[in-house]
Amino acid sequence: MKYIDEFRDGDVARGLAEAIRREARQDRRYHFMEFCGGHTHAISRYGVSDLLPDNVRMIHGPGCPVCVLPIGRVDQAIGLALEQGVTLCTYGDCLRVPASDGLSLLKAKARGGDIRMVYSSADAVALAQKHPDKQVVFFAIGFETTTPPTAVAIKQAAALGLKNFSVLCCHVLTPSAISSILESPEVRQWGTVPLDGFIGPAHVSTIIGSRPYEFFAEEYRKPVVIAGFEPLDVMQAIRMLIRQVNEGRAEVENEFSRAVDRDGNRKAQQLVAEVFEMRKHFEWRGLNVLPYSALRIRSQFAEFDAEKRFALSYRPVPDHKACECGAILRGVKRPQDCKLFGTVCTPENPVGSCMVSSEGACAAHYTYGRYKDVA
Amino acid sequence: MCLAIPAQVVELRDGDNALVDLAGVKKEISLSLVENVAVGDYVIVHVGYALNKLDPEEAAKTLALFGELGQMDALDDSAALH
Repeated sequence: MKYIDEFRDGDVARGLAEAIRREARQDRRYHFMEFCGGHTHAISRYGVSDLLPDNVRMIHGPGCPVCVLPIGRVDQAIGLALEQGVTLCTYGDCLRVPASDGLSLLKAKARGGDIRMVYSSADAVALAQKHPDKQVVFFAIGFETTTPPTAVAIKQAAALGLKNFSVLCCHVLTPSAISSILESPEVRQWGTVPLDGFIGPAHVSTIIGSRPYEFFAEEYRKPVVIAGFEPLDVMQAIRMLIRQVNEGRAEVENEFSRAVDRDGNRKAQQLVAEVFEMRKHFEWRGLNVLPYSALRIRSQFAEFDAEKRFALSYRPVPDHKACECGAILRGVKRPQDCKLFGTVCTPENPVGSCMVSSEGACAAHYTYGRYKDVA
Repeated sequence: MCLAIPAQVVELRDGDNALVDLAGVKKEISLSLVENVAVGDYVIVHVGYALNKLDPEEAAKTLALFGELGQMDALDDSAALH
């Protein structure tokens, strides 16, 4: 496949690995956080960490929308399906996220809830059009990549005059999550999570551009390299980060220039600004309640806001006591540090959210790396 | 979740939609988030929407950068042999 296969070439990967080994200084260690689950997945799947020298370590970040979705939000969606009898549509990734009372959306479906997996927000609108007698709610999660399609769906529903379509909006913002990592005591005060730079998001950045990261480079003196989701992209980004560290620079660089520029997709940004506004606070799994870190639907589109239509209130629910997802999402622990990892918590039966989506740090390590520790 | 794949536009359709081809798999997607897309362009597709156009020149530049590395290594190796 064009623009995919070339970025997975094994020989070139070996060349890049050699270049990284040559350029990484022997007298220091490098700790880089890959923000996105997409990068985590690529690093695990293609064994990128095995190609790196011992003094270059990758830390998994919180950029997996399913992983940071707190139990309370999934409970709201389940409640809509089971108690209010709505047709609840969502992306496939959400279905197995553990919620309260041992439930998930998939288990709620088995209990008779009308829960549908959709490929696109447009499919949820089409379903509402087809069934005017049913209330259709789209459970919308995701970072800036996934937000514009939800904005289009709401505008489409408004244009069609649909009275039976609404959105449970849980869209979150990447820069807020990066801030929370940089401001966390582990990074700022205690230094227990050493952090020399970030691999910046691929597809989020196609929408928001590279400009929003400039603040982190300037204010926190952390280099950021935006990279595509293919293994060679990730390796080249690591090499660029090593160079920045060696030269004492902290800049935003863009390895993914084939799809990202400084400004991003203005048309998509305008659509998002028209439909959504900032929430004062939003709870994230692992990162707690973060101010101005998520979006809600603007009052002129209030009739499409499921929280208003069904008078929903939010109830926070703590994670399973032994689950380390929170610490893993902040880069403080690794999946293999969790007692539940690979024993009671597996992709077939996830206890924590990081074991659900293939981009989750635990699922990625379980699928591609769990025997490494044994060997 | 943020998974998105590059696919080639093979046909422009009504309602700001397009038919894209990904290694023989054809699918109708929405172009409502992008502008000035023509048949033959590659777009990055996410949940049924094109997020952006892919810039073939920039892709070639990035690949060339990887390639140069390979050559550099080959040079180093031959230098080491002599």
